[in-house]
Amino acid sequence: MNYTADKPTETRTEDELAASITRASKKEVVLDVKDLSIFYGNNEAVKRANMGIEKNAVTALIGPSGCGKSTFIRSINRMNDLIPSSRAEGEIIYDGINILRNDINVVALRSEIGMVFQKPNPFPKSIYNNITHALKYNGQKNKKVLDEIVEESLRKAALWDEVKDRLHQSALSLSGGQQQRLCIARTLAMEPQILLLDEPASALDPVSNSKIEELILQLKEDYSIVIVTHNMSQASRVSDKTAFFLNGDVVEYDDTKKIFTNPSETKTEEYISGRFG
Amino acid sequence: MNSRITDRIATGVFYTIAAIMVALLLYLFYFILSNGLPQVTWDFLTSPSSSYQAGGGIRDQLFNSLYILFITMIITVPLGVCGGIYMAEYAKPGKITNFIRTCIEMLASLPSIVVGLFGLLIFVNITGWGYTIIGGALALTIFNIPVMVRVTEDAIRSVPKEQKEASLALGITRWHTIKTVILPYAFPGILTGAILASGRVFGEAAALLYTAGLSTPTLDYGNWNPFAENSPLNIFRPAETLAVHIWSVNTQGLIPDVREVANGASAVLVIAVLVFNLLARWLGSVIHKKLTAGK
Amino acid sequence: MAKASVSPSAEERLILTKKNRRWDEVRGRSLVTICAVIMIAATIAVTVFLAQKGLQSFTVNNINPIAYLTSANWNPTGGENASFGIFPFIFGSLAVTFLSALIAAPLGIGAAIFMSEIAPKFGKKVLQPVIELLVGIPSVVYGFIGLVVLVPLLRDNFPGIGFSLFAGVIVLTVMILPTVTTIATDAMRSLPNSLRQGSLALGATRWQTIRKVLIPAALPSLLTAIVLGMARAFGEALAVQMVIGNTRDIPGSIFDTAGTLTTIVTLNIGHTTYGSIENNTLWSMGLILLIISFLFIFVVRYLSGRRKI
Ligand SMILES: Nc1ncnc2c1ncn2[C@@H]1O[C@H](COP(=O)(O)OP(=O)(O)O)[C@@H](O)[C@H]1O
Ligand SMILES: [Mg+2]
Repeated sequence: MNYTADKPTETRTEDELAASITRASKKEVVLDVKDLSIFYGNNEAVKRANMGIEKNAVTALIGPSGCGKSTFIRSINRMNDLIPSSRAEGEIIYDGINILRNDINVVALRSEIGMVFQKPNPFPKSIYNNITHALKYNGQKNKKVLDEIVEESLRKAALWDEVKDRLHQSALSLSGGQQQRLCIARTLAMEPQILLLDEPASALDPVSNSKIEELILQLKEDYSIVIVTHNMSQASRVSDKTAFFLNGDVVEYDDTKKIFTNPSETKTEEYISGRFG
Repeated sequence: MNSRITDRIATGVFYTIAAIMVALLLYLFYFILSNGLPQVTWDFLTSPSSSYQAGGGIRDQLFNSLYILFITMIITVPLGVCGGIYMAEYAKPGKITNFIRTCIEMLASLPSIVVGLFGLLIFVNITGWGYTIIGGALALTIFNIPVMVRVTEDAIRSVPKEQKEASLALGITRWHTIKTVILPYAFPGILTGAILASGRVFGEAAALLYTAGLSTPTLDYGNWNPFAENSPLNIFRPAETLAVHIWSVNTQGLIPDVREVANGASAVLVIAVLVFNLLARWLGSVIHKKLTAGK
Repeated sequence: MAKASVSPSAEERLILTKKNRRWDEVRGRSLVTICAVIMIAATIAVTVFLAQKGLQSFTVNNINPIAYLTSANWNPTGGENASFGIFPFIFGSLAVTFLSALIAAPLGIGAAIFMSEIAPKFGKKVLQPVIELLVGIPSVVYGFIGLVVLVPLLRDNFPGIGFSLFAGVIVLTVMILPTVTTIATDAMRSLPNSLRQGSLALGATRWQTIRKVLIPAALPSLLTAIVLGMARAFGEALAVQMVIGNTRDIPGSIFDTAGTLTTIVTLNIGHTTYGSIENNTLWSMGLILLIISFLFIFVVRYLSGRRKI
């Protein structure tokens, strides 16, 4: 396995050193995954994964389908708790605390680590109420504040201009791509630290797809983003780091540029060049 | 015999069976409505029944049926919906859940006369209430709860998993998710089920014979004080329902116009069930459209 | 997004926080759990109270349970010579149950096959609503029509007075037919299409496919349908009571009058003095009804266990 653990300084060339310094200067780890294993019954879907996920960066998870990407990303905000047969071992350190602990308040955790799913899943309510749904629950009753948050999150999700005149229409009247951006806006309204996106664009047409990509690039200014994607070129366009999964193993985790130009593992190279998967 | 010919014959037999069932329904409805509708006059619906003479109506029975249905649903719907939520969302697979499932199944399969006996034992004799509306409604609750639980559980389970995940992933508790996302989505299913269950309750007689009784005191429809003896709203008075009335006029046969009264009452009963049925379908599809259409 | 830097430590936000572990989660969970407990309590209450009451004729009145079940002499008002044998009613109940199932099973399964294999479209559009409406007709209405149509018809064309075991069987057949059909249809519809295609591809006719492949594959579920129909027939009281004649002797032919457990209980429980010996023997019949209806559940469970294989 290959981690980003830096090589000893002595052996570095000047270029590498410079690269590693810029990397190091950015490199505040927001999620430190240590020896994470996830089981469904006896099936080990993620096998002792290690990964330092960086703050304000986009981390892409790639790999053939069924290799454990969703399982991995869903364990970061404990959505996997919903599956009775699933069980996790290892640690995910977030803000100094292991979020796999039993006494973690998953409800609070999920409001800090938001998630957007593959299939757009707006509530069958108005656009406006889709965004305020969680805010109201958290006690925000002030109409003016709500209006502001709605506008702000829709702007952040690059949807405001398209829907500002029909905020009170059903969210289901939006196109698939708009629905997905609404789902992102709804998550942003919670002011999360981390945004988890599980194949957010794979159900969408190419135009919506590229809109979502643009959006991701904007959002990484403010959020740490983990994105699962099937689309190799998308991963190379939007992400700073890439992890390649295969059969539950994290085969390689490194700078996206490195993964796509000069991967250390032949498996990675084979996958990227489209020889399998 | 040639297998093609056998096949033809078999197909013919299946068509015959289907035809028999359609014919059966048509005959039953034709019989009930053609005999019953001529009896169903405004006078019949609004005059009290008589004990010995001809010409009695079904006013009190009709009111009693509706009132007992109402009380029953007031008790059953919250209990059944909560039970259904428990089964669909909170019950963890295991022994306890299996046991609860067995209990629901047992309640569901109780013959209604057995429910009536239980009601007679508890709500009439042990409590000393005698024949009362509330006793009848409680007996009907036992008979109706398993239906409501099943309806709710099915409706909740058919809510797309994405909806639930969407809410939970926003950092909302399970209970709030149930209240604000799952129940609204499951509502058409629950409503349809509740209306169909109402039809069943409305036509039920065996569970009521010995709980709500075979008689109705003289009622004063101007008296809305639920504690007054002669108030129709008093839940501690005996109340013969429409279905029970059909049984009792036929069994006791004290009035000369048994046939006419029973025909009329049957028509009213069947029409009511029909209305419940159509209403359930119609409402279910309307609400479903409203929920899923992006208007 | 400065939330993390100014807000309290992760420990406080994610573990000690009260904010999101709100009371309404606890309240909601308790509420629905209480409802689940109520269902358990209701089941236990029904069982315990009816058992306790139903056993009184043996414990208080010292009736011999074996004689009670096997004697054919029911004469509760005989004073000195009173005798309490309910065998005729057990016989009557079993007779109407099995005979009506015997007629309803082929019809119901035939209708199910019609709906799933022969004419699915017509089945869904016409037959399905027909069946739902048949289910909806209240049992007193079935009893009433039996009384005014069937009984005179039998009286005029067959031996006997019209009120008869046979009349009860016919009324019950009509009543359980929709039950059997609905469940059997679900069973047939849930068979995988590959079964049909495989058989038809081998050159079998539709009827051969149905008889040799589909019915055997669906057999446990079809049996479940029949058993549930029988359970309904066994427990039905009023409709049968209105047409069967309610006599105390074992019928000599299907055109003789008869009585069943449900009909005798229905007729007499209101007329007898609470706590009297006759009254208690009626409660014992109620207990038998309860036990047998539980037995039906176990049979259904057994069958649905077989279904997975
Ligand atoms: N709910 C589940 N129950 C049991 N096994 C599951 C479940 N979800 C996923 N798996 C298994 O875990 C493995 C990884 O699945 P997943 O994480 O969905 O892969 P990916 O998202 O990379 O396609 C697969 O082998 C899959 O069969
Ligand atoms: Mg996936």
